[in-house]
Amino acid sequence: MMGMKAKRKWAAILIAILFLIVCFIMLFPLYYLFLASFKSSKDLFRYGMDFRINLELMSLDNYRLLFSANNGMYLHWYKNSLLIVILYTAGSLFLSSLVGYALGAYRFRGQNFLFILVLVVMMMPLEILMLPLYKLTVQMRIINTYSGVILPFLVSPIAVFFFRQFVTGLNKEFIDAGRIDGCTEFGIFFRIMAPLMAPAFGAMGILLAMQNWNSLVWPLIVLRTNNMFTLPIGLSSLLTPYGNNYDMLIPGSVLATIPIILFFLFNQRAFISGLTSGGIKG
Amino acid sequence: MRYGPNTATDRNSLKKLLYSRKLAPYLFASPFILTFLIFFLYPTFSTIVMSFQELTGLNNAKFIGLDNYKRLFDVHFYNALKTNTLYTLLSILLLIPIPLLFAVLLNLAFVRGKNFFRAAIFLPALTSVIVAGVSFRLMFGELDTALINSLLIKMGLPPQNWSLNYWTGMMLMVILNLWRHAGINMVYYLAGLQTIPEELYESAEIDGAGPVQKFFTITLPLLKPIMIYTVTVAIFEGYRMFGESYVFWNESMPGDIGLTIVRYIYQQAFQRNDLGFGSAIGITLLVIVLAINLAQLKFFGFFKKDSDS
Repeated sequence: MMGMKAKRKWAAILIAILFLIVCFIMLFPLYYLFLASFKSSKDLFRYGMDFRINLELMSLDNYRLLFSANNGMYLHWYKNSLLIVILYTAGSLFLSSLVGYALGAYRFRGQNFLFILVLVVMMMPLEILMLPLYKLTVQMRIINTYSGVILPFLVSPIAVFFFRQFVTGLNKEFIDAGRIDGCTEFGIFFRIMAPLMAPAFGAMGILLAMQNWNSLVWPLIVLRTNNMFTLPIGLSSLLTPYGNNYDMLIPGSVLATIPIILFFLFNQRAFISGLTSGGIKG
Repeated sequence: MRYGPNTATDRNSLKKLLYSRKLAPYLFASPFILTFLIFFLYPTFSTIVMSFQELTGLNNAKFIGLDNYKRLFDVHFYNALKTNTLYTLLSILLLIPIPLLFAVLLNLAFVRGKNFFRAAIFLPALTSVIVAGVSFRLMFGELDTALINSLLIKMGLPPQNWSLNYWTGMMLMVILNLWRHAGINMVYYLAGLQTIPEELYESAEIDGAGPVQKFFTITLPLLKPIMIYTVTVAIFEGYRMFGESYVFWNESMPGDIGLTIVRYIYQQAFQRNDLGFGSAIGITLLVIVLAINLAQLKFFGFFKKDSDS
């Protein structure tokens, strides 16, 4: 019979092999996309599954086309995505943290009722509200604007929930100390409590920014003209029944993804706590 | 200045406002209250009303009773409901055990390179469904030269027209979902595994339990709350699915392949301009999601604690 140590060693080797295969499968679609972005779609379909690096068939032509086609429309989409993600994330962090702070740091009438409402919004699939919200944005004349994309979901129930949980765990003596020093209630939040909430801001900032950067359904409904599209909407508009513009679609997809991956590689911990915060139990 | 007496009364009242402990929480919570009223309560009310109306344009409405709901008994809604249900079931069947296996193995002390493996498995979660879909469309292209088809040919199997058959189309959506979400569930399970005390395993070992036994008697029962959570999310996400279908069939769907409930709403409301029927589908979707989730929570004994105590 094999000893414990030998058994462990074999298990470790088998598991390592298994995960090398798994990682190959998980990373392959990204690698494939990256590689394909340097090839013309004609070659891509002619030579098919050739996924070796072959410099002779590769060029930056697709990227040149991406930036020049349609008067640089792609750069417009990129700018729209960046602006929306910055405005939304900053605004949502500010307002959601205020609400979460109110629910976590104070005792007031209607507090439980408000918290239940937050949970109700959290559990409602937004797709059910997309028709009335569309009607509302038309009536409010914010259809096809940044505000139309941002405003309806500016106060994020997940972020409110997360901030509330976080504040509940903080030491309330700081608040009383602030009051004795003569701070206003707003001052206490901005100068004393908000800095203590920095880890929560980090995790939620990443979650909200990523959800927003990749969001599809609502921007697809609100944004009506090409020059207002965000990246996912713009890219999906290149998929048409009359043939797909892969020469732009592939490099466009690569450039839309690289910033998030780089950001992830430098902030793995905050990313993972942000993206899985929905499951944090109180 | 902070304490100095102030003669101007409006300034005094402003000051009182800033220092008021009673008022502050309501002011802080007001952004939620406002957006809740405008962008949640009003739309919810308005979609219920619209579901009983026939709308031509945005402002021309006529009450037609239950007619929109009667129209739900058509083949397209049935197809959409079937697709969502199958998609959800298949997603749960794959998205629970596979990430659980990854998490358990990547939690073993003697495995090397854990951080790299975890990061690599998590990476697809960062992509948008459109970007991921583009890559999958290339790999699962209908030409013989496309990656998966050329592999099939090498193995002596017939190439497939992936997006033009119901089951291969379903497979495309499920695999895309699995690829993008396996990492997130794995991280949930890893977090759950950290909370299981090591002593439990040690005492089981003394009783002579092997790794498989330990998994079924300790790991699995203690991960139950997280598994319930991931199943709930999978149901919720499965029935509201849109992107996984949109990226493969973004204009028309031959024979309702990939037609989901939310895509049916989108189609009826924005392509056919029938907001009333779209609302009725939406309300039905809400009822379905709530009912299934409640049934599931009851099945897992989530409510037992309350009734026992």
